[in-house]
Amino acid sequence: MASILRFRKLCYLEPVKFRTFDESPELYQKLDKKADDNNVILTAKSVLETDTKKKKCTKKPSKEWRCVDTCCWMIGCLCTTWWFLLFLYHCFPATLPGFQVPESPGVRLKRDGLTANHPVVLVPGFVTGGLELWEGRPCAEGLFRKRLWGGSFTEIFKRPSCWLEHLSLDNETGLDPPGIRVRPVPGLVAADYFATGYFVWAVLIENLAKIGYEGKNLYMAAYDWRLSFQNTEIRDQALSRLKSKIELLYVTNGYKKVVVVPHSMGVIYFLHFLKWVETPPPMGGGGGPGWCAKHIKAVMNIGPAFLGVPKTVSNLFSAEGKDIAYLRAMAPGVLDSEILGLQTLEHVMRVSRTWDSVISLMPKGGETIWGNLDSSPDEGHACQSVKKGQYAPTSNGMNANHTDIKTGFQVKETVKCGRIISFGKAESELPSSQIPNLDTEEILRSSITKNVNSSCGEVWTEYDEMSRESIRKVAEKKVYTARTLLDLLRFVAPKMMQRAEAHFSHGIADNLDDPKYAHYKYWSNPLETKCCPEVTNSVKWDICLRLPDAPDMEIHCLYGVGIPTERSYVYKLSPTNKCKNIPFRIDASANGDENSCLKGGVYFVDGDDSVPVLSAGFMCAKGWRGRTRFNPSGIATYIREYKHKPPTSLLEGRGIESGAHVDILGNVALIEDVLRVAAGASGAEIGGDQIYSDIRRMSERINLEL
Amino acid sequence: MPASFNQFVTEAITGPVPDPPGVKLVKEGLKVKHPVVFVPGIVTGGLELWEGHPCAEGLFRKRLWGGTFGEVYKRPLCWAEHMSMDNETGLDPPGIRVRAVTGLVAADYFAPGYFVWAVMIANLARLGYEEKNMYMASYDWRISYQNTEVRDRSLSRMKSNIELMVSTNGGNKAVIIPHSMGVLYFLHFMKWVEAPAPMGGGGGPDWCAKHIKAVMNIGGPFLGVPKSIAGLLSAEAKDIAVVRTMSATHPCASLGRAITPGVLDNDIFRLQTLQRVMQMSRTWDSTMSMIPKGGDTIWGDLDWSPEEDYAPSIRKQKKIDTQVVNKDENGSMASQRKLKNYGRIISFGKDVAFAPSSEIERIDFRGAYKGCSVANSTCRDVWTEYHEMGIEGIKAVAEYKVYTAGSLVDLLEFVAPKMMARGSAHFSYGIADNLDDPKYQHYKYWSNPLETKLPNAPDMEIFSLYGSGLPTERGYIYKFSSSADCYIPFQIDTSADDEDEDGCLQDGVYTVDGDQTVPVLSAGYMCAKGWRGKTRFNPSGIRTFIREYDHSPPANLLEGRGTLSGDHVDIMGNFGLIEDILRVAAGATGEELGGDQVHSDIFKWSEKIKLQLLELLTAIAFWWKWPSPDKCLSAWMLED
Repeated sequence: MASILRFRKLCYLEPVKFRTFDESPELYQKLDKKADDNNVILTAKSVLETDTKKKKCTKKPSKEWRCVDTCCWMIGCLCTTWWFLLFLYHCFPATLPGFQVPESPGVRLKRDGLTANHPVVLVPGFVTGGLELWEGRPCAEGLFRKRLWGGSFTEIFKRPSCWLEHLSLDNETGLDPPGIRVRPVPGLVAADYFATGYFVWAVLIENLAKIGYEGKNLYMAAYDWRLSFQNTEIRDQALSRLKSKIELLYVTNGYKKVVVVPHSMGVIYFLHFLKWVETPPPMGGGGGPGWCAKHIKAVMNIGPAFLGVPKTVSNLFSAEGKDIAYLRAMAPGVLDSEILGLQTLEHVMRVSRTWDSVISLMPKGGETIWGNLDSSPDEGHACQSVKKGQYAPTSNGMNANHTDIKTGFQVKETVKCGRIISFGKAESELPSSQIPNLDTEEILRSSITKNVNSSCGEVWTEYDEMSRESIRKVAEKKVYTARTLLDLLRFVAPKMMQRAEAHFSHGIADNLDDPKYAHYKYWSNPLETKCCPEVTNSVKWDICLRLPDAPDMEIHCLYGVGIPTERSYVYKLSPTNKCKNIPFRIDASANGDENSCLKGGVYFVDGDDSVPVLSAGFMCAKGWRGRTRFNPSGIATYIREYKHKPPTSLLEGRGIESGAHVDILGNVALIEDVLRVAAGASGAEIGGDQIYSDIRRMSERINLEL
Repeated sequence: MPASFNQFVTEAITGPVPDPPGVKLVKEGLKVKHPVVFVPGIVTGGLELWEGHPCAEGLFRKRLWGGTFGEVYKRPLCWAEHMSMDNETGLDPPGIRVRAVTGLVAADYFAPGYFVWAVMIANLARLGYEEKNMYMASYDWRISYQNTEVRDRSLSRMKSNIELMVSTNGGNKAVIIPHSMGVLYFLHFMKWVEAPAPMGGGGGPDWCAKHIKAVMNIGGPFLGVPKSIAGLLSAEAKDIAVVRTMSATHPCASLGRAITPGVLDNDIFRLQTLQRVMQMSRTWDSTMSMIPKGGDTIWGDLDWSPEEDYAPSIRKQKKIDTQVVNKDENGSMASQRKLKNYGRIISFGKDVAFAPSSEIERIDFRGAYKGCSVANSTCRDVWTEYHEMGIEGIKAVAEYKVYTAGSLVDLLEFVAPKMMARGSAHFSYGIADNLDDPKYQHYKYWSNPLETKLPNAPDMEIFSLYGSGLPTERGYIYKFSSSADCYIPFQIDTSADDEDEDGCLQDGVYTVDGDQTVPVLSAGYMCAKGWRGKTRFNPSGIRTFIREYDHSPPANLLEGRGTLSGDHVDIMGNFGLIEDILRVAAGATGEELGGDQVHSDIFKWSEKIKLQLLELLTAIAFWWKWPSPDKCLSAWMLED
């Protein structure tokens, strides 16, 4: 404010000076008197006279250019250009010639006669849901009911430390820190756009609306994605709300069953819900057996993270993902930035480690699913074929050609994807016999010598409590598989794991009828629960009486393929020995040869950029297929894969045939499938399985008792 | 540091701002107890587009109503087209789906910076409220109440949400806070939810008793709003009428007359704004729910009205002087004064408005010949029902001279038969003689407090919270508009003013005490008398309380809309009102708030209304001083 005033003062003083100089006749007279003696002033006078003459003939002399004029001119010019650009923008045809926007699936299907039939419930995933502030510390003044997460993210830049403080949860309980209440944004706005212009559900919603969906038959089950699933019920009653909403939708839409469309982490959240709702009250929702069969027509899981995502390991271990590792390789120093004192990664790690839900995405099923030191179900996957997209769609059974290509690559290189973390590139490729056989138990037992270093400031990660010695011990073990990973995490982050393991479990059940599996921590793991427990005959009879031809519940797995997806990592110790530092780091220098899947310290497999095919597809391809012990009532499962095609031009934005984890929500083929099911089609009617990857072969290789 | 520059300056001028009620009550130790449901009123709720004609391309899920109103300027015709309902059914026109915005955002701010519920939400949040125990029951305020259920399932949604909140908040019953038309909407809901399934919600006869702790009606137009008549008859309210005069009497009159009236009357731009607004708002069934109810019994007839002794100057003095001195003055003044004929809600010509009833010659308009259509080609595109009425019809209307609340409904039926046919299927404006008559089970009576019984919920409390001390429209003086062709043939006669200074007639509008929209009588009568004690409208004896908030304007411009306002909408930021609501939400009863708090003459006026309140038998028993079956009741009646 003050600076503006000062500026204006400057601007105003000058013109005033000019005016007195020009126009006051007394000044002229004075000048005249002196002019007799002094030539210099005479010239000055003549200059002035010419100036006034010029002024009369409307042309403004350069001296008359006042600050105000310049300002006005500038504003004028800006306005004109702005207006001109706006004008051009409006003249511009909405669709460029040559770039024809294809008709949206909603419009096409409406013409085919599809109308809104089953109510639709959307369950957003990790990170995509908005969070808003309800109560905060003084530093967050004025942000009441403003978005902290999602939207424009302006607060990160304005007050980063305050922002981080409000987004992190309590380290002990995993709930709100005292005096802070950050809550999910409710309604469709919660996750239609993640940031301005970056759609998540918006395209799907728009297409649903085209065939007649609106507020009364479309619901977004927003929840706080930072919390553990059971805590969303304890704190916000989110599961109760979802139950009541589904019941309401079912009743008010003429007793039509609901189609649920969860995405990413929402998939396992909804798995949790399915168990919760039929469990009796103190722990569950008390819907009674048959609730699911009565209310749900189909669950259309998009990009499901059923068996976990290896990406979370690197996130938890060193707050790194593929992108960050690349960045580090290209511009070392930006992220390390001790110079700037920012310590971005450390902050990210500290905050994200307070989020229990992250743990739910850890790889589940141990070595049975993810492979041991020597082999893994998805090994021998060839990267090149992924890039070239040479798959032929295999609607039924294996394609013979396909395997040939596979074996060709397999000879060249055997990637041991089972080793999710290895220290050093060499170790990642060694035969298992040469790996030092250090037992993880042993490491755990070895006393953690605490690093008492008071000089380390406020940024607190559990690594600060570990001594250099124990860190070295971790690295000596060399190789970790999905099973030993958990031990590793328990070792490096004991508090976080203690908190989280009260809510999540990552094993495989031997006997599903064991009463311990009634606990909620098993509900989100498909390998430790029965999917939608057996429906008794009486319930079935009841439903049949009401709706004679109501089809049974269906589970669909819809996901993208054809994008390299992180599967395992090559790590190294970080060079610096300073405190407040993450001691481990992805070794971005580890690269394989050209055809190799190893790039920048990360092994890639087929997937949708976040979730590997194995995790997304196994349950639908094998774990639940037919009547297995995980699926006692024999719910029908379908796999719909969508091959990734990058957008052809920049104008297409994020593409309409993308297979990427989030962008797939704008994939026209997927949208069409969802719309058809919502309008009443069954899984068989939309074409049954549609498979491009070799998920079937992978599943076959998994030795799981079904 | 103060949060904003505004606050800094305000504090420098007027001293420190008092703590907002939320902060104050947290210090007292109040906490979340009962879940809270907001029911927004007419106009304040946002509407968004779900399906539209090609002209509304790109507006999918954008707000058409509320927010910035950008589209009104960009494509006004398209906007009006999408905001209108079908003229026959009162539902969506084909190909258009405009739906209510859901969630707290539906009505927290009407336009950017213009709060409605936001201040109250912020204060509740201080006590610990959040999304899980607050719910905004938004609904499409354009359609009739029963249609919100038929089309959008709004009533079912509200029922399900209240049930959910009560069960997830440890069985604590809900506190309902309806505002403006939401009050009537919630009256409708209470009847709907207990009615059996096909027409109602099937919640059973004790649903309200089980789920509702208190209904805190803010600015409730229980008995209707006279403003709605002006709105329906000529799309004018005081504000518009003043604009018209302002432009005519502006210092640079020649310029003003040429241009500014043109904006509204519009020969130049051919926009015909008023007609468009009228055409649009006449398709909204909900506006008909606010027509004054109860006829002449409540609103007065040609010679009498309950508020006839009201004078704004007395109210003003009351505030300043001590009351004892004032009373004598009042007495003398009142005897000299001519009583106001508020009962004449519409009079044609000022002289008629003042004339004693015996001198008025009225020719009945009902059944008069309407004449043939005067619509000519110039205005065919803008269609109002006036165009189907000929000069004769218009004359007939004017010759009846004076309309009271009872004849107003007939007038509207004469002038706009189609609209009223639609409306009377959904609303009713009478007084029930016998509430047990099975015909009163129809949903069209549910939003009229004079034709329904309150639910059987003796523990429930009903509050009526409203502002007073602002002049509120009560009656109008009309005249013919200059050219009858394309225009609305009637206009408020803005030249009609009272001679003496403290008159209530200004610019053709009679005003009484109220909150600028709802007169005190309409907002307070039911709680002051109609439902007080055990009456036939309130058989279970639900306790009622009146809380009035006297209006005092903001001290300076920086205060914005003030923290002591009594205005119909601005009262939502009134600290006194918010404190009362917070206390009730945290568990207080009406007695703990301090019972009634009255500034106006509502009790006096209510006494003047001769409405039978007791069941016939009880009334007779009382008349003969027989021991009444209910001792408490008789004791209460005697005390009164």
